Amino acid sequence: MNVKTPSKLEKMLAAGHLAVTSECGPPRGSDPEVIIEKTNLIKNHVDAINITDNQTSVTRLCSLAACIRLKLLGLEPVLQMVTRDRNRIAIQSDILGAASFDIHNILCLSGDHQSFGDCAKGQNVHDLDSMQLIQTVRHMRDEGKFLGGEEIKRPPRMFVGAAANPFADPFEIRVPRLAKKIAAGAEFIQTQCIYNLDKFEKWMKLARDRGLHEKVFILAGVTPLKSAGMAKYMKNRVPGMDVPDEIVNRMAGTPKDKQADEGIKICIESIQRLKEIEGVRGFHVMAIEWEEKVPEIVEKAGLFPRPEV
Amino acid sequence: MIVADKKPMEEIIQEVKDHSKILILGCNECVTVCEAGGKKEVGVLASALRMYFMNQGKTATIDEITLERQCDHEYLEEVRDRIDLYDAVVSLACGVGVQFMAEKYQATPVYPGVNTCFLGATEKRGLWTERCQACGQCILAFTGGICPISRCAKRIMNGPCGGSTKGKCEISKEIDCAWQLIVDRLKALNRLEDYEKIFSIKDWSTDRAGGPRKVQREDVQE
Repeated sequence: MNVKTPSKLEKMLAAGHLAVTSECGPPRGSDPEVIIEKTNLIKNHVDAINITDNQTSVTRLCSLAACIRLKLLGLEPVLQMVTRDRNRIAIQSDILGAASFDIHNILCLSGDHQSFGDCAKGQNVHDLDSMQLIQTVRHMRDEGKFLGGEEIKRPPRMFVGAAANPFADPFEIRVPRLAKKIAAGAEFIQTQCIYNLDKFEKWMKLARDRGLHEKVFILAGVTPLKSAGMAKYMKNRVPGMDVPDEIVNRMAGTPKDKQADEGIKICIESIQRLKEIEGVRGFHVMAIEWEEKVPEIVEKAGLFPRPEV
Repeated sequence: MIVADKKPMEEIIQEVKDHSKILILGCNECVTVCEAGGKKEVGVLASALRMYFMNQGKTATIDEITLERQCDHEYLEEVRDRIDLYDAVVSLACGVGVQFMAEKYQATPVYPGVNTCFLGATEKRGLWTERCQACGQCILAFTGGICPISRCAKRIMNGPCGGSTKGKCEISKEIDCAWQLIVDRLKALNRLEDYEKIFSIKDWSTDRAGGPRKVQREDVQE
């Protein structure tokens, strides 16, 4: 497969390796050391690091600045960008800003509603939606033009990603929605955290039936559970999350001091099973405020050392 | 219709407490239907204010008038000959009526008596819900007659987002996911294949974004 950008993540996937990405949430403050420390924990075990964009609508240091910090350290960032906080001027401007630092990956998202965060009384923008953001980046990259039609001098060269949630409703449009994102221009997909593997397998089969697995690189999302409480919280409180009772019960049935280990074990087992699914081309390991566990997961899942590309 | 909700009594008292000749002006249109600013609500507010002034040991005249509409010159003219009797008006019309009143009677303070909320419908008595944000370029033909701009919390044109759960929006289990409704409706119309058409970037210049709007039609001008 030909690569279209200088993205290391794209090269890794195009070479047929199972890619590994992870993510870091920027701090609620301006100390860059927090990002540096977090990324140092995982940098040898992943191919690229997503930097979240004010996740759950809680105000944080901006994704772009954190991505630049990674880039300056010689790492491969994935700029997450939500359409909640920016209009099309800011979106294009931030894309160019990222491109000026040779940030070569972007993940296009709509973002959680602001009512979840610390500025619940604020406006949201949604001038574009995530689908249209994908189109925008591809337009800027492939046509070398702004949305307004003018030519861009030194257009961005970004590998364009999108999220997919196989577990949100309605299920029947989950695969058509994936097809739509691919048609909009998505080149890689990072999925919502997978706990319900049966349902994920069903979604992948439907995707394969339409040949979508050959049109996009699908990275399966996994998040280790730290405790039974977290499992219950994810099941009951996080929109669009599907944690089967079996997982909750397994965590709850484990003594408290062993639950974290059990969570890691479940995560590794999940990766092993996901590896067998045709069309899964890598893993997105989201260890929420638990970055130090990423190396162990990657190693025990047989994904280490990372191939050179 | 334009749906409004009552303002808290304390807020209205703050608006008018230093006045003594007050006209409570209702509107016989939308705000009557949504029971926030019609003749009945005018009466209730007037009584409450009379009570307030009496308890304060103040003398105040509180009069009640309900016009056919407050968004029409013709009806607003009906109070011209008596507007000078008052040192304040509390308009229970929507924001349009309040402003039209203020524009017309420059020297009389006009206070809003309701909070204007949205363009919506009566689901049942006591429950009104939003249906339209007046974006100026209707897309309902493409979305099965259900508007994602007014009914999706993120006004997503290509939804649903990943937060749609069991037909409900991620922000509240009380709110239907607009895109679930759209998908259900497209299915009922046997048009589910339309779901995969990408809705391209919307022109928001006909929306609030484009500045104050105007509809001007020569065919009906006198």
